[in-house]
Amino acid sequence: MSATPLNAAGPRTAGGARPSVRPPVQSGSRFGALADAWLPRLVLSPTIIASLVFVYGFIALTAWLSLTESRMMPKFELAGFGQYERLFELDRWWTAAANLGIFGALFILFCLAIGLGLAILLDQRIRHEGALRAIYLYPMALSFIVTGAAWKWILNPGLGLEKMMHDWGFANFTFDWLVDPDMAIYTVVIAGVWQSSGFVMALFLAGLRSVDDSIIKAAMVDGASLPTIYRRIVIPSLRPVFFSVLLVLAHIAIKSFDLVMALTAGGPGTSSDVPAIFMYQFSFTRGQLGLGAASAMMMLATVLAVLVPLMYLETKGARHGR
Amino acid sequence: MAPGRLMLYALLVLVALYYLAPLYVMLTTSVKSLDEIRQGNLLDFPLAPTGAAWSKAWSAACTGVRCEGLAPYFWNSMRMAIPAVLISSLIGSVNGYVLAHWRFPGHNVVFTALMVGCFIPFQVVILPMARLLGMAGLANTTTGLVLVHIIYGIAFTTLFFRNYYVTVPDELVNAARIDGAGFFLIYRRIIFPLSLPIFMVSFIWQFTQIWNDFLFGVVFGGADAQPVTVALNNLVNTSTGVTEYNVNMAAAIIAALPTLAIYLVAGKYFVRGLTAGAVKG
Repeated sequence: MSATPLNAAGPRTAGGARPSVRPPVQSGSRFGALADAWLPRLVLSPTIIASLVFVYGFIALTAWLSLTESRMMPKFELAGFGQYERLFELDRWWTAAANLGIFGALFILFCLAIGLGLAILLDQRIRHEGALRAIYLYPMALSFIVTGAAWKWILNPGLGLEKMMHDWGFANFTFDWLVDPDMAIYTVVIAGVWQSSGFVMALFLAGLRSVDDSIIKAAMVDGASLPTIYRRIVIPSLRPVFFSVLLVLAHIAIKSFDLVMALTAGGPGTSSDVPAIFMYQFSFTRGQLGLGAASAMMMLATVLAVLVPLMYLETKGARHGR
Repeated sequence: MAPGRLMLYALLVLVALYYLAPLYVMLTTSVKSLDEIRQGNLLDFPLAPTGAAWSKAWSAACTGVRCEGLAPYFWNSMRMAIPAVLISSLIGSVNGYVLAHWRFPGHNVVFTALMVGCFIPFQVVILPMARLLGMAGLANTTTGLVLVHIIYGIAFTTLFFRNYYVTVPDELVNAARIDGAGFFLIYRRIIFPLSLPIFMVSFIWQFTQIWNDFLFGVVFGGADAQPVTVALNNLVNTSTGVTEYNVNMAAAIIAALPTLAIYLVAGKYFVRGLTAGAVKG
């Protein structure tokens, strides 16, 4: 359960030099040696080819499609950046982009705060820690569709939370965010944080457990208080975990499609639209393939814009020795 | 107990209740009648529990135009998830073995290039994929979905197995080579027998991912191969007629049952998959 973030080679490969292809001493036959040299590559090649075609090739095809005038049917004559111009002129696209910004920022912020807070609380030698941890984490086993369906019912203004508060005597309590165009995107944050914050807790807890005890004991001997120890020593040493968590959360946020589909379906109207839903609807229900492809490329660009700097900082941090 | 500790426990239990509340609400709502739902409130304990909503959700509820309940889609998901999980895990295992113990020039570049498959938003590949499946006659079939899940699952499974196999000492593999064991013999006799824990992680992670997937299901599933997530979404978001919250909640639990059961039985491996997945980002 180590939370060592990945850099391409992985920690173990950095030190020990491995013989790349070492000829078997006793296998005798030249065929055996040849087989051992080529079998590994042969075995890996279908995966490499699949990756070249289905990841890199398909990204290239989508990029190509985004530069054509494709509507219902794909056309393959390049036509410049017209689709991107159309995309940027659509209010709906900017609504979706702004919603992603709101959702992403709040989702990441709350998940980080709740996850780290819970991890620190659970780190205080708690009895029944296992049971509590299991309870905090179980939403992660559910699909976003199930989470969305559950919260859609709870946040339903007529019968859910609002009615419960009325029954309890708070007659003026209103909570109609789900049907309020200005607030609908925040209900997505509520459900998303409920689903993912336990997972962040698990990552931080694993990180906390790997902090060197002797440093903490030394600080205690020096008379530092527990909050100070956490603030000055423990949390700074969680830097690599922060990076992992940020990467994952940003990734979940940018791809978020199912949760919004199940909870608000992008509504009321298009008020809680996000790029993933925009892409789906323009590509598959509105027959605007070129525009859909352009929006997909914008999503890829967003992922790269967030992930590449994070990965770069992370590997740089790793090189300078954490 | 010191007041500070007491506060700490109170807080932790309160948070636990918050995480459990939606599950409680789902369960209780699913056994209430619609009348009871309208009269009572969200947290009321069901007074006259009934399984009617469950049987309707399973075999009669309408998802879009069809009214056969969730059952056919539940089995679609099973037919999709089981082969996809097994095949992607096996391929990942052999790939991981190569990447960890049979280095060749450029293996790091290959590994990094494969890992990109974990990072991309799938929206950027679904349009060409839809066309390819259409041309191959696999559009709207379970086989097509299995294929898609295998292709985009391999990056994850390769990562899991590779990171596990690098912990197998090189000496073990090299000694076997000196004794004349070839590529596949070493895999069969040394690597595979050590792999049970990581196969568990891979099975559970992949099953959860594939069972819970919505995007591929809604785009490539068509009417006949729709997985249960898509059917549940259609059921919950049907705007015609009275919304039967009890049926919706029963359906949601049915759709969640396999992954919840796995989490309860093998939570340890699930968490390992999560953290390993997080390492990948």
